[in-house]
Amino acid sequence: MEIRVDRERCAGSSLCLSYLPEVFDQSDDDGKVLLRTPVPGADMEEAVRGVAARCPTGAITLHARDAQDA
Amino acid sequence: MPNEPAPVPLHTRRTRFDPADELRRLSDGGPVTRVSLAPGAGDRPLWLVTGYHEVRQVLGDQVRFSTSRFGARSAAGGRAAQRPDEGIGLLMDYDPPEHTRLRKMLTPEFTVRRMRRLQPRIEAIITECLDAVERAGHPADLVELFASAVPGPVLCELIGVPRDDRDDFLRRCHAHLETGKERSERAAAGTAFTRYLAALVARQRKNPDEGFLGMLVRDHGDEFTDKELRGICILLMLAGLDNISGMLGLGALALLENPGQLALVRDDPAALDRGIEELLRYLSVPHAPTPRTAVEDMTLGGKRIRAGDTLVCSIPLANRDPALIDEPDRLDITREPVPHVAFGHGIHHCLGAALARMEMRIAYGELLRRFPGLRLAIPAEDVEFRVRSTAYGVERLPVTW
Ligand code: HEM
Ligand code: HEM
Ligand code: SF4
Repeated sequence: MEIRVDRERCAGSSLCLSYLPEVFDQSDDDGKVLLRTPVPGADMEEAVRGVAARCPTGAITLHARDAQDA
Repeated sequence: MPNEPAPVPLHTRRTRFDPADELRRLSDGGPVTRVSLAPGAGDRPLWLVTGYHEVRQVLGDQVRFSTSRFGARSAAGGRAAQRPDEGIGLLMDYDPPEHTRLRKMLTPEFTVRRMRRLQPRIEAIITECLDAVERAGHPADLVELFASAVPGPVLCELIGVPRDDRDDFLRRCHAHLETGKERSERAAAGTAFTRYLAALVARQRKNPDEGFLGMLVRDHGDEFTDKELRGICILLMLAGLDNISGMLGLGALALLENPGQLALVRDDPAALDRGIEELLRYLSVPHAPTPRTAVEDMTLGGKRIRAGDTLVCSIPLANRDPALIDEPDRLDITREPVPHVAFGHGIHHCLGAALARMEMRIAYGELLRRFPGLRLAIPAEDVEFRVRSTAYGVERLPVTW
């Protein structure tokens, strides 16, 4: 799974990085999301899906990396 | 003859922790219902949005739904085109692109890292409040000494109101929000704290410090007008008081009524974090976000909405929708967090969410750690709930330990 973030949409809610600081970070300049780990390990995927669903602006999207990876 | 108190608006009615039956019955007819929330509330069509998905749809779509009572897009709603002075800077009441301009400058001041700088001060404030609980002895009112006492000083710390000014300043903020008071008294309190904040802004313009206002002035001094800065401070003060006091008071009561869950959150910080999300969902203290005005005709939840109609989104009903979560009426702090809408959704998602989460984590954590034998000092049926305010809560919570 590959994570993408749309920094235009991000409202800087801090939600993603509060729950998954290993994966998401926040810029000190604009308060918006930064990606630490664009391709999380398999053990993180479920948690990442949960956070993506909770992002208040839909700024986090998840993408398959190749054919075997949905 | 004394004035009859106005009836409690339908969308704010609750029975203990739950949305009131008459409110729930409304949602039986579908996720969007034409309502009259209170007598004299105006003659334009008003819709109550109660379905989780529909609430997310409305709050997530700033193009078709406006929060602004002013400006061109709201003219469809027959509203004033000119923003009055006292409305300047109140973020909820702005649409893009003005909302984007203001929010973009504020967001960096509310990051998790920024809020952590406040943590020692917040811990000290909470410790002082719990000292007062301990001194008050048995029973102590947890609302007066804790739930309502914590958020004011925390917000003063955030915006930089000096210690000596706090008591007076906070008294006025609380007086403004007190629905039982005379209108003229509330207006006078509002005028007084507005004047105070204008002076605070002027002082920071001259000598910016390391706090929130000082940083804003330093980084964006030319891009904010004084009235905008003043309005932002007003908004932060008023948006952060009742919501937090509601969460702390109601949350303490909910945990005291569920001792098994209380023990879990007391003993495990990770369980406390999850528990706070579930309490936010289950308690849903804000009744509704800013009403939205439809900008164009549309169909929503099977109903025909016309441009200019007002939509009120019910936070408690959306957060209790089975479309969000199984067994929505059960408080279960062991659940995995779900995308609840207690902080709203979309571009107006609560700016203070990181601060609120940190404040609640410290407050619940310290309360439970310090008073492991905490219990209600009155029968649970006698607890009075705070109904007439922007956020739900309890009036008094006598406890012993
Ligand atoms: C548990 C406590 C809190 C809850 C449940 C809460 C809830 C909300 C909700 C539902 C909204 C969305 C309003 C809308 O869409 O019209 C909102 C917005 C906002 N909140 Fe909070 N809030 C809390 C604490 C705070 C605190 C402590 C602050 C200040 C530091 C704050 C500042 C704001 C601001 C400035 C907005 C407007 C954001 C915008 O329009 O862009 N809130 N809050
Ligand atoms: C310049 C600042 C403000 C002034 C001068 C002001 C003035 C007033 C006045 C005159 C009332 C009417 C009282 C009544 O009808 O009983 C009122 C009500 C109210 N104000 Fe403000 N206000 C200000 C800012 C705010 C802000 C920023 C908020 C919240 C974010 C707020 C929240 C409320 C609420 C919740 C009510 C009660 C509405 C009701 O009783 O139905 N005010 N205000
Ligand atoms: S949850 Fe969404 S809006 Fe909030 S910081 Fe992360 S990406 Fe931005």
